[in-house]
Amino acid sequence: MVALAPRIPAPSVVARHLFLRRSRWRWEEIAFWLIAAASFFLFPGHHVLITQALISGLFVVSLDLLLGYSGIASMGHAAFFGIGAYTAGILAQQGWGDPLLGLIGGAIVAGAFGALCSLLVARLHGAALLTVTLGIGLLCYELANKWSSLTGGDDGLQGMIVQPVLGLFAFDIDGNVGFIYAFVVIFIFYLLARRLVNSPFGLALTGIRENIRRVPALGISVRFQLMMAFTISAAVAGVAGALLAETTQYVALEVLSFDRSISVLIMLVLGGIGNLVGGMVGAMVFIVARDQLAAVNPVYWNFWLGLILCVVVMSGAGGIVGFLRRLGDRIGNGR
Amino acid sequence: MSEPLLDVAGLSTGYGDSLVLENVSLTIEKGRSLAVLGRNGMGKSTLMLSLMGHLSARSGRISWRGAEITRVAPDDRVKSGLGWVPQGREVFPSLTVDEHLAIAARPGRWTKSRIYEQFPRLAERRRNLGRQLSGGEQQMLAIGRTLMTNPDLLLLDEPLEGLAPVIVKEIASRIRQLMNEEGLTIILVEQHTRFALELTEQVIVLERGRIIHSGTSRALLDDVAALDRLVGMRRLRDHAATHDAE
Repeated sequence: MVALAPRIPAPSVVARHLFLRRSRWRWEEIAFWLIAAASFFLFPGHHVLITQALISGLFVVSLDLLLGYSGIASMGHAAFFGIGAYTAGILAQQGWGDPLLGLIGGAIVAGAFGALCSLLVARLHGAALLTVTLGIGLLCYELANKWSSLTGGDDGLQGMIVQPVLGLFAFDIDGNVGFIYAFVVIFIFYLLARRLVNSPFGLALTGIRENIRRVPALGISVRFQLMMAFTISAAVAGVAGALLAETTQYVALEVLSFDRSISVLIMLVLGGIGNLVGGMVGAMVFIVARDQLAAVNPVYWNFWLGLILCVVVMSGAGGIVGFLRRLGDRIGNGR
Repeated sequence: MSEPLLDVAGLSTGYGDSLVLENVSLTIEKGRSLAVLGRNGMGKSTLMLSLMGHLSARSGRISWRGAEITRVAPDDRVKSGLGWVPQGREVFPSLTVDEHLAIAARPGRWTKSRIYEQFPRLAERRRNLGRQLSGGEQQMLAIGRTLMTNPDLLLLDEPLEGLAPVIVKEIASRIRQLMNEEGLTIILVEQHTRFALELTEQVIVLERGRIIHSGTSRALLDDVAALDRLVGMRRLRDHAATHDAE
């Protein structure tokens, strides 16, 4: 047999590196989750804020499954987050306040709506896709605003009674139980998302993003894959919304707003698209920075946030996580 | 004569207002091989795209195992046993070799381990990304990935395009092995005329979207005058020189 000329100088080293990178935990992931867990002890006065950042992180992960892995941009992803929040909220208001039931309800209703939307969305791309997803978000917002008998309209949904987690741990005002509950749920969903993107299904999504024309030639229906991705993403966003409703015991109309759809997109770009942990990091940085900057100047904090976003994007591909990876590689190579 | 695996009758197709294929008919039986020759831009790749359902037929009929598939979606054609290795390889840049094989896997006799047996080079590169492979390795991956769909008919669109002579020889021997030892049915579109004619049993030559010649590959290979007229002697001489250089 004729040996082919190798293009890569040290295949075994490179191959081992790539294997580690793809299927094992990277240091940024481990560091993020360790810091997130440690923050329970390090920042006892900020549990509510960190819980919200983690919940936003799960919401960003749901968008990353769409944009980062499938290449579907959504300008109205808050629709699914909001539907999850309202579902959990209305269930709790009506006497079904078990937190796990709220999560399941949020996932099912948001997922079902996502499945319905995916019939339309999976056919579109480019500006049409952005416009339709934007339209879905605006429709849901106005529907919730007008249907005040169910949602509370502009005043928000009130009167939720969320039962203790597993019947044992009641939500407290300091947010201790809320933090641990959200952390565990989000970590489980992060593991599931990680598993999904490394499965043949997730790899096929990457294939669609990179070469949509080639995928049908592998016996894979692009439309079905995209519909599944959209549905799963919507369900995960619904879980994030339900978590927010349960931990704050209130649902504001803002959960469906265009601002939230844009914020989640900014968090994803900030942290890094297409690696899951980037979403978590981006959400944490965004929420904490917004809180701190608003404390410094409650009027012009958006200016500084915009500046941070520009600096991160201009500093190279991959957002904060991409920067950290390059830094880690440099340190690892002793340069 | 057994029932044809693939039967194309009066197929016409094109892009926009232009008609690229006109009234093309061909059949291929199980275990046989067919070369599709022609100069550049004569409709060879368009024929492949039509057979795989990426380009709608304007008229005519495509039958697969006796059932009409003219309007069947590309992914369903693959599921029914049509396999396509496109021109230009088109591997996914950020997926590893292993992942390429994993996403294409369908039940059947072709498994990852069998692909790695056929292409040991891919086994060495199994953790490398598509963009890190050489042209020859990408071509092996494109063929291996398609084999993972467990096809009964393999459409190969210019598998030797842009490869160094030493790699051409390697890929050619693998294709020959697939035909002779695995009994795969193959339709081969190739600019390397001699290689295509030596490898296959039947041949069609396309010119401006029409079949202008149909017969056995051996007969065409032996008929220098016809070859000159149909595909140009210079091309054959060039490729012969390439073979000799090896």
